[in-house]
Amino acid sequence: MRRTNWLAALLIAPLLLLILGSFVVPVGLTLFRAVADREVAAALPETSALLASWDGQGLPPEGAFAAVARELAAALEERRIGDLAQRMNFESTGLRTLLLRTARAGDRLRAPYADALVALDARWGQRDTWLMLQRASGPTTSLYLLRALDLTRTPDGTVTQVAVEEKLFRTLFLRTLWVSLLVTFLCLLLAYPVAYTIARLRAPWSSVALTLVLIPFWSSVLVRTTAWYVLLQREGPVNDALLGLGLLDAPAQILGTRIAVVVALVHVLLPFAILPMHSVMTRLDATYLRAAASLGANGVQRFLRVWLPLSLPGVAAGGAMVFLLAVGMYTAPALIGGDRDQMVTWFIANFMTRDVNWGMAAALSAYLLAMSGAVIALTRLLTGGAVQTGARA
Amino acid sequence: MTDALVRFRGVSKSYDGRTPVVTDLDLDVSRGEFLTLLGPSGSGKTTTLMMLAGFEDPSAGSIELDGVRIDTVPPHRRGIGVVFQNYALFPHMTVAENLAFPLSIRRLKREEIATRTRRALEMVRLPGFGDRRPQQLSGGQQQRVALARALIFAPKLVLLDEPLGALDKQLREELQAEIRRIHAQLGVTMVYVTHDQAEALTLSDRIAVFNEGRIQQLGTAEAVYERPANPFVAGFIGESNRLAARVLDATLLRLEDGSTLEAMPHAFAPGTAVLVSIRPERVLLGPGTQGLANATTARVEEVVYLGDHSRLRLAHAGRTDFVVKLPRQEAVPQPGSLVDLAIPVAAVAVFPA
Repeated sequence: MRRTNWLAALLIAPLLLLILGSFVVPVGLTLFRAVADREVAAALPETSALLASWDGQGLPPEGAFAAVARELAAALEERRIGDLAQRMNFESTGLRTLLLRTARAGDRLRAPYADALVALDARWGQRDTWLMLQRASGPTTSLYLLRALDLTRTPDGTVTQVAVEEKLFRTLFLRTLWVSLLVTFLCLLLAYPVAYTIARLRAPWSSVALTLVLIPFWSSVLVRTTAWYVLLQREGPVNDALLGLGLLDAPAQILGTRIAVVVALVHVLLPFAILPMHSVMTRLDATYLRAAASLGANGVQRFLRVWLPLSLPGVAAGGAMVFLLAVGMYTAPALIGGDRDQMVTWFIANFMTRDVNWGMAAALSAYLLAMSGAVIALTRLLTGGAVQTGARA
Repeated sequence: MTDALVRFRGVSKSYDGRTPVVTDLDLDVSRGEFLTLLGPSGSGKTTTLMMLAGFEDPSAGSIELDGVRIDTVPPHRRGIGVVFQNYALFPHMTVAENLAFPLSIRRLKREEIATRTRRALEMVRLPGFGDRRPQQLSGGQQQRVALARALIFAPKLVLLDEPLGALDKQLREELQAEIRRIHAQLGVTMVYVTHDQAEALTLSDRIAVFNEGRIQQLGTAEAVYERPANPFVAGFIGESNRLAARVLDATLLRLEDGSTLEAMPHAFAPGTAVLVSIRPERVLLGPGTQGLANATTARVEEVVYLGDHSRLRLAHAGRTDFVVKLPRQEAVPQPGSLVDLAIPVAAVAVFPA
């Protein structure tokens, strides 16, 4: 008995390690990056330590001025200043210039450093600059999580809305949520009759139909999205057809619109809605329909009162699947969507690859994860009873 | 028959147009009767029931219910209650909601539905079970609910498709009694499909024995058991010893081993090859049998003790598989010993070979 348990544990160990290594650890680290704040403490250790004991009144002591001048110069010398400048510039635009100018001036500065620094740049004489440095000394920060909700902190620490022209992320999340829900709804609407028809087909035809549903999986999402790119472009077949039918006078700009994104997403995600529905429907016993008929229910009543409620678990599963994939879909919206109409994923990718701002990317990911989790929990709550009976049926 | 509720006339069914499942079926079901369609699987009994319920269309012929042709009427407008083998209770509804389903389809008033649901649960002895889900009930309880659901809208006819097939023996007997009680109480016509001959004998007013798409015999339980119309019925209902024989004269037959067997007067011409069927429990055993008709002696090959009776395998008529049932008694013959036996003339059924 003990031996079997030990063997069983050994057998699942690779999978466990894989899940741990490829899912739990990376996701955990990513989420941690949303609150981690180490750039300042890493580049300016002495300054950070001195600022930690500063009471925030007036200006910090001369030692802090001396330390910041020396450490900035050293950071520039050792090419470590990039991360720091990036981090502080995100706190307040313009701080990058201040830090780089001070670092370059490093050797020429003489004591008393307080006067020398203020002479170099008046911002060193402002309490806010030092407060921001102090707050950025880590080890954690709420900056990214706040900014991802269009919130920020004033230098003295109160949470406020960001300036109107910088507002972005709340709309972005609402847009992502709305597009994903719309795609989910359309997928369910289109998938239900398909799944129903396949489930009622006889032996060889049902597998043929199911294979047809699965054929799109033989090509990558990128290929399918590119196909839409070709179809929807100004001189593409869709525009040609609309012109040919006389529905349009001039080619319409379809690419880059939200309609194009929704169409492409629905196409890519449709099989994920069909398959769970189909699997629930094929397991539904046709005797239920016969029983309902024998009890006097006509076709519509049989569908509404027996088939539909019994197939709801499949609808819920398909909907959850499509929604999760739609929320996380990057390729299709990035390729087909408009520059000003992008999804959260596009910004995450952008923050990671262009801005190298892992904190923001992680914060956006965290909220995306929370949003998906909330929608799934809501679905569970709403269809809880149906899911249970369906599993037993 | 003037009081027939259901009339099958020339009904045939084939799924592929070539292999017949039911062939040229004529069958009347009397009002208030309990009729069982009995037969092995693939004999056409379930197809016959499904055509009556409306789930299968006959390939030819007509079906009438109460003098009205129904074989083109969709199942939901036939008003026939059906009980399925796997119960088919809706899992997303409570027991009460299942029972209320046919009533709410018929737009009955809420109070009326509540009253009839309560009464139906009392009828199948499950009062207070209305709020449970079908999955929370045992198989026997589920089938009681299914029975109540098929009866609650007061149909003229209730069809039962092997309703007890999934239950164990004790529950099956309990529910058989329940079904008989309800049939007697409501006077509703029931058509029951089973492959279990004991169940058919227990329940039925009449039994229609099916084989290969045709009714082999239609009659009371006693008639099909005691006076089987052909070797199939004799073999399917109860047990029988089958012996090949040749006719000598109006009552005498010659068996394969050369011995003669006396039967009731029959119409076969001398020299005809026939099949003889003898029920094991009708063979007489013991010293007192000498001097009776067809008296002889046989060696006991095997004895199986079965409590209320013993089953003896004898070497007789050139074979070693002649089975005799011996009611419980003190002295059971030992294997290898010789026993006296006699076969009453009335117990010898003669069929064409």
